[in-house]
Amino acid sequence: MGLMDQVELPQPVKYVFNWGRKYSLWCFNFGLACCAIEFIAASTSRHDFIRHGVIPFAHGPRQADLLVVSGTLTDKMAPAVKRLYEEMPEPKYVISFGSCANCGGPYWDSYSVTKGVDQIIPVDVYVPGCPPRPEALLDGIIALQHRIQNESLKDRIAGRRQDPITLGADAPLALEEGA
Amino acid sequence: MSDLETTERVLPSNAPGEDVAFEILGDGDFPTAEMSLSIGPAHPATHGVFRIVLDLDGERVRGARPVIGYMHRGFEKLAEYRDYRQIAALTNRHDWLSGFCNELGVAIAVESMLELEVPDRAQWIRMLMAEWNRILNHLMFIGSYALELGAITPMFYAFREREDIQHLMESATGGRLHFTYNQPGGVKIDLPKGFLKRSAEISKVTRERFDDYVDLVLGNEIFQGRTVGVGPLPQDVALSLGITGPTLHATGIAEDSRVTEPYLKYGDIDVEVPLGENGDAFDRFYVLLHRIRASLDIIDQIHDHMPAGPVNSKLPKMVKAPEGAIYVRTENPLGQLGYWLESDGGRTPWRFKMRTPSFSNVQAIPYLMQGALLPDAISILGSVFFVVGDIDR
Repeated sequence: MGLMDQVELPQPVKYVFNWGRKYSLWCFNFGLACCAIEFIAASTSRHDFIRHGVIPFAHGPRQADLLVVSGTLTDKMAPAVKRLYEEMPEPKYVISFGSCANCGGPYWDSYSVTKGVDQIIPVDVYVPGCPPRPEALLDGIIALQHRIQNESLKDRIAGRRQDPITLGADAPLALEEGA
Repeated sequence: MSDLETTERVLPSNAPGEDVAFEILGDGDFPTAEMSLSIGPAHPATHGVFRIVLDLDGERVRGARPVIGYMHRGFEKLAEYRDYRQIAALTNRHDWLSGFCNELGVAIAVESMLELEVPDRAQWIRMLMAEWNRILNHLMFIGSYALELGAITPMFYAFREREDIQHLMESATGGRLHFTYNQPGGVKIDLPKGFLKRSAEISKVTRERFDDYVDLVLGNEIFQGRTVGVGPLPQDVALSLGITGPTLHATGIAEDSRVTEPYLKYGDIDVEVPLGENGDAFDRFYVLLHRIRASLDIIDQIHDHMPAGPVNSKLPKMVKAPEGAIYVRTENPLGQLGYWLESDGGRTPWRFKMRTPSFSNVQAIPYLMQGALLPDAISILGSVFFVVGDIDR
């Protein structure tokens, strides 16, 4: 990234730069289970998250900024998710969509389910629900965009991540600091 | 195809720079080499995390090996730790496109073991919801199958209807995908006011828009070119592999447990089973599409029959099925769903075995892929309609 990971950008440049980044999130949907259907519903005309600048046409993880893990992650699948996440270029963001991806959901006592995607990759926004409504995904995307607007790219590239946002628990706080 | 048994050894020529000896495989006609291609587990055409390893000879598929288990969540074991009401919340998640039809099977199984009398109205409500859910499921596959073949528009059309229907079902059940509306002895609550009127309206609109799908997808020349004659499935193979649902109906066999072994009140109404002729990808899609119309016909009949009365029966605080076992089969959107429920008299099942339609249907894939061209592989994969959670459980 050249200078960007060395020095803090001046405030006006940072504002414009982050404004551009937050409205062109190329999204890679890791559709695993039921929640993938609600993700598709969020991308079609009724809810349409493309109007928020989320572009669900990333050809692969190497072209993506945002990874949406939607669905149950099993122990057999976990290495694939880890690998796809590592293929994404920095700065990268992860939305954990649905209870299964957050913590295992209804399969909390199953022998073959990974209890949360945060065990293998860092998560930025948790969207709760089983499955969450498409509106909840839009809410999560907006919370993430507020965070992108205010963050320091230098810190991000250096891997200094802020604490994750949990929708419902501390989303209003996240919006407050974004306003 | 080239015969790979014969090889030809080419010696270095005298030209400068060409000093490597190499072998040409085959008889020189069109040299190919075998390779194996792994599709998945994260591939858009697999609706989730299904992996298939293709053995290729050039562009020709020599064999296909499905690799399953990426979505194995251990439903059968988990059901042994949930009581009889809680199982419904598990079962509507294994085939996530047909939540209502799944929980219906469990409710019927528990009721039969308890010998519970289910009120008439509850049974008709169940049928109504099951048929709407069937349409939801088929709309999803219409969108996704067209998407796999390169057409993005049908997906948007399909979700226009899906949102309407999901909103309708949500008004009664509170869920968009997973309803958990059934309980042993009936349904959770009665339909809200104006539900049947809204249901009739949506049924009318969907029926009008049904012709759009026929013109848009079935009538499309490119779609026909990609599917007609691709992956034909003979009747005897389909029967020996235990294939059910639209994939079986496409071969011309009208086995549908709503007709042959009616449950709920399906015996009181006419159920049409659309049939195909050749069992190829086009016929499978044709059957799937026309099942929407058949379901709309059923829904209109249910509107005329819907009686008044209670929707659930009084249950003890703890539902305990008596000792014994039962097998219940219902017609799921993708085929025959069977539940084997065995109880030792306790508060949870002793054994809960699932016979899911997708698991049987994907067993046709190695047969269908044999000798197909690689570009047809996606067309075949999508036409054997399956949900990965339903395969792996």
